[in-house]
Amino acid sequence: MAQNSSEIRYLTPPSVEIQKKKYCRFRKNRIKFIDYKDPEFLKKFLNEQGKILPRRVTGTSLKYQRKVGQAIKRARHLALLPYLTDLLK
Amino acid sequence: MKNHYETVFILTPVLSEAQVKEAVQKFKDLIVAQGGNIVHEEDWGMRKLAYPIQKKSTGFYTLLEFEAEPGVIATLETAYRRDERVIRFLTTRLDKYALAYAEKKRKKLEETSKEG
Repeated sequence: MAQNSSEIRYLTPPSVEIQKKKYCRFRKNRIKFIDYKDPEFLKKFLNEQGKILPRRVTGTSLKYQRKVGQAIKRARHLALLPYLTDLLK
Repeated sequence: MKNHYETVFILTPVLSEAQVKEAVQKFKDLIVAQGGNIVHEEDWGMRKLAYPIQKKSTGFYTLLEFEAEPGVIATLETAYRRDERVIRFLTTRLDKYALAYAEKKRKKLEETSKEG
């Protein structure tokens, strides 16, 4: 039994096996308020094009994802963050 | 019943230093005249904008934290809209978490300024 399982040759080795347990950083270190005025912190939740990352990627809970979304939109309104860009990081 | 508010506005970079001060002073007086009181004022100076606003790519940012009656905000915002030096403004109400955060930040600011 063991041999033929090892005989299975994967074309591409399965890339990621173990998935790091995602946690909501706001609940973990008790952050209650997300400040829309410091773009550095908000950049962690944007991808290269300046779009908001989904919860499944960042792992934040729904309550704080809404607050992050609102803070990012306010920062964009004040031109602290771009609406769209090509190289953000 | 006074609420805590925080307003950030951007002035066009064309202005001279004196005009910037005068504009900021105008809004502060307007708030105080309406019965509000300024808790904290921050001047971020000339900053680069993430995208051009009215064909300009930099602007003077100013933050005003104040306590006021809800009615004051309407007059403040019309004043912003009328004044052509202000190219962008945002007024937000501070709930208790935001208030705690602002106070903590102000204390840290004072400490650093004392040491510096």
